[in-house]
Amino acid sequence: MDTSVNEETRDVRRRSWRDIDLRAVAPFAALILLLILGALVNPNFIGLNNLANVATRSAFIAIIAIGATFVISSGDLDLSVGAMVAFVASLMILFMNSGVIADPALMLTAAVLFAVVAGSLCGLANGLITTVGRIEPFIATLGTMGIYRGLTTWLSQGGAITLKDPALQEIYRPAYFGSILGVPVPIVVILAVTCVAAFILYRTRYGRHVVAVGSNADVARYSGIPVNRVRTIAFVIQGLCVAIAVLLYVPRLGSTSATTGILWELQAITAVVVGGTALKGGAGRVWGTICGAFILELVGNIMLLSNFISEYLIGAIQGTIIIVAMLVQRSLVRKS
Amino acid sequence: MSSQISGAGDGAIVLSARRISKSFNGVQVLFGVDFDLRAGEIHALMGENGAGKSTLVKILSGFEQPTSGEIILDGHPVKLPPNGAAEALGIVIIHQEFNLAEHLTVTESLFLGREVTRFGVLDRKFMRSETRRVLDLLGSHVDENAMISSLSIADKQMVEIAKAISRDARVVFMDEPTAVLSREETNFLFKQVRKLRDQGTSFVFVSHKLDEVMELTDRVTVLRDGQWIKTSPTKILDGESIAQLMVGRELSKLYPAKREPNVDEEIVLSVDAVSTGYVKDVSFDVRKGEILGFSGMIGSGRTELMEAIAGLRSRASGEVVIRGETVPSGDVHAANRRGLAYMTKDRKSKGLLLNSRMTANLTLQSLENHGKLGYLSPASEAQALERARRRFDIRVRDGNVVAGRMSGGNQQKLLLAKVMETEPEIIIIDEPTRGIDVGTKQQIYHFISALARDGRSIIVVSSEMPEVIGLCTRVAVMREGRIVGMLEGDEISEQEIMRYAAGLKKKAAA
Repeated sequence: MDTSVNEETRDVRRRSWRDIDLRAVAPFAALILLLILGALVNPNFIGLNNLANVATRSAFIAIIAIGATFVISSGDLDLSVGAMVAFVASLMILFMNSGVIADPALMLTAAVLFAVVAGSLCGLANGLITTVGRIEPFIATLGTMGIYRGLTTWLSQGGAITLKDPALQEIYRPAYFGSILGVPVPIVVILAVTCVAAFILYRTRYGRHVVAVGSNADVARYSGIPVNRVRTIAFVIQGLCVAIAVLLYVPRLGSTSATTGILWELQAITAVVVGGTALKGGAGRVWGTICGAFILELVGNIMLLSNFISEYLIGAIQGTIIIVAMLVQRSLVRKS
Repeated sequence: MSSQISGAGDGAIVLSARRISKSFNGVQVLFGVDFDLRAGEIHALMGENGAGKSTLVKILSGFEQPTSGEIILDGHPVKLPPNGAAEALGIVIIHQEFNLAEHLTVTESLFLGREVTRFGVLDRKFMRSETRRVLDLLGSHVDENAMISSLSIADKQMVEIAKAISRDARVVFMDEPTAVLSREETNFLFKQVRKLRDQGTSFVFVSHKLDEVMELTDRVTVLRDGQWIKTSPTKILDGESIAQLMVGRELSKLYPAKREPNVDEEIVLSVDAVSTGYVKDVSFDVRKGEILGFSGMIGSGRTELMEAIAGLRSRASGEVVIRGETVPSGDVHAANRRGLAYMTKDRKSKGLLLNSRMTANLTLQSLENHGKLGYLSPASEAQALERARRRFDIRVRDGNVVAGRMSGGNQQKLLLAKVMETEPEIIIIDEPTRGIDVGTKQQIYHFISALARDGRSIIVVSSEMPEVIGLCTRVAVMREGRIVGMLEGDEISEQEIMRYAAGLKKKAAA
C-alpha cells in the first residue's frame, strides 16, 4: 500500500516535468534572449536606469493589454482601446479645466473618479453592443473605435486639449514622474494591476467563468454560467484598464489630442498574443501579457540604442514579432 | 512481403495492417496489431473505449502514421498520405462527428474540393445531376439543392455515404454510424451498406452495439487494451462471446435490479402543458426516488422538452413546478437552485471543456461551493476531484490530463460527476451511455440506480431501448413533440415502445 502511493507520487513528479507548458514559458525565454541581445548591442542597455525607463514607457500598453487579456480570454476582441484612451483623456482634462471644484486636491480626486467611471462606461457600451446587440466584437468595437475617435476630434476641434491649471499640474505630476521606494510609479501601477488581474483570472469564480466562456460558450451556458454577463464584465474590465492607463498618461504631457493612442489597440493585442494567450479564447496568461508588452518596448529600445536599424522601422519590426510569436506558438502546440 | 492469409471468405485482401504499433507522447496505445479487410466484406472492429479502435482506423485511413509496422494496399506496402488525401486511393472515413460544412448545399458538399468545371466555370448542372444519380442509387430522398444545415442527422449521414460513393470508395470506415440514428434509419442505412458490399465495396464498421454487429457484419475483429485479440466470422460468434472477448471477463448483469417506486412518495417535479418549439402540450410528474424513462425516435422532441424544463430554452407556454415551486421560463439558475440539473447528451460540445483539466471541468457548475466571495480555494477543488474520482471510478493515468484526451467512458463519468457536484435532487440524463463501452455502461447504470435509491429522482432520455427498459420503472414515449404513451411495469417492452414511437398506438389517458 505504502509503496504504491510512493510510486504514484514519483510518477506524478516525473510527468510534471514533461507537462510544463512550453507556451507559458516561451515569452519569458524570448525576454531573456532579448536582454542578452541588448547587452551585446550596447553596454548601457543592461543598466538599471535604462531598463526602468523601458518598463515605465511600456506602462500604457501593458495596462491596456491586461484588460485585453480578459476580453480575449473570453473569446472577444476590443479594437476601440486606442481611441478610448484619447476619448477618456480628453474628457478628464476637460473636466479638470471646467473648474467646478476649486480645491486642486479635491478636483484631482474627482477627476480620477470621473475618468474611471468614463472608461468603465465606454467598456460597458462595447460589451452591451456585442452581447445584447449580438454583433461580432470585431465589428462592434470597430464602430465604437470610430465613435470614440470622432468624439475626441470634435471635443478638441482637431487640435490638442491641454490641462490649464498649473496647481493641478503640479500635484498630478508625480503620478507619472514620481517614485515609491525608488521604484517609478508607473512600474508600481503595472505590478499592482497585474497582481489583481492574475488573482481575478486564476483564483476567482469570475476568472474561471471567463476561461470557460472563451473555451466553449455552449459548455458554459449548459453549466449555468451567465455567458453574456461574463463577456460584458470583461469589456468593463478593459474599460477600467484603459482608464488606469489614462490616469498615468495625462500627467506625462498634461495634454491630449485627436491622435493620442493611435494603433495602441494593435500593440495591446500583440502584447497579449506574444504573452501566450490564445486569440481564439479559452486561455489567459496575465504575466505573459506583461512580458509581451515589455518585449515590444525593449525591441524599440534596442533599435534606438543600436545604430544599424532605423528606428522608423519599429512598426514593421513589431508586426514581424506578432507573426513570429504565432508561428512559434503553433509549432509548440504541435509538439505537445 | 505481401500477405498470404487465406480464409473462408471469397474476396481478395484489399487493405491490411501488419504489426502496427502506435504511441502518443510515449504512451503506447497499439501493440503490433494485425488486421485485414477483404473486398466486399463488412468487417466489425470491436473493443471497449480506449482499446485502440479509433487509432487503428486513423492509421488505416492515413490520418495518423504508425510508430512501427506497415500498411499493405492491394498487396503492396504503402505509406498513406495524411489529412484525408488517402481518399484518392479509394479509402474514405465517415466520421463520428460529421465533416460537412453546414452552409453548403448537398451538391456542393459532394463535390467539395473536386468541383467539375467547363471552360473554367463551375458546371453546376452536371454536378447536380450527378448528385441526384448517387442519391437515387442509395434510394435517398434528400434534395440535392438542400442546405446541409437543414438536413436531419440521418440525412447528413446519407450525404456522407453518397460522398464516399461518388469518390469511388473501395474501403469505407464507419465510426459509430448508428449512434444517432433511429431503428428505421439504421435499417435503411444497413440496406444500403449491404447493397454496396455486394458490389464489392469493403466496410469497416466500428460500433458498440452488439446486436447491429451480429446483424450486419461478415467478420469481427476484437481489440483489447491496444492488442489484437481475435478475428472471426461473425456467424460463429454470439453477442455474449464478443462482449466477453472485449472485456476479457464475464459480464455480470448489465442492469441493476429495479426497485418499484412507492406510489405514496411526494411528487418532486410536475410538468404541466409545456410547449416549446417542436414540443406540444407535454405534461407528466416525477416522484421522489423514481427513474422515469423517455423513449422515442430521434427528433421526437425529447431533448427540447428537457432543455425547456431545465431552463436552457424558454417555454412558449405551460408550467414547471419543482418541489411545489413554479420555475420561471428560460432561467437555468432558478431550476438549478431548486435542485434540478440537466446532463447533456453532447458531452464534447456542450458538456466538457476539452482543453481544460479535470478539476476545472468538475467544479465549473458548482464554483460557489469552493470558496467565499468569488474566491476559489484550490485545496477544496482538489478534494472535490479526489472524491469524484473515487465515487465515479474515473480512471486516468495522470490527474492533470485535459478532458479532451480522456476516453469517452471517463469523459462521461466526469460529466456525471460535474452535474452531481451541484447536489441536485432531480437529474435529467440525456443519453447516459452514448458512445461508451459495455463495462462503463454497466457502471453508469449502477450509479443511476444508486442515486435513485438515495431518494433522488432521475429522468433518463435514451434512444437505446434496452437501456430504458432495463433501468426505468416508468417510460414515457414521445412522438412528434408529444407524449403518446406512458408505460409501467410489465407493459415496458421493446414492442410496446415501438408501437407508440412509430405512431401505431396512442395513449388512452394522460
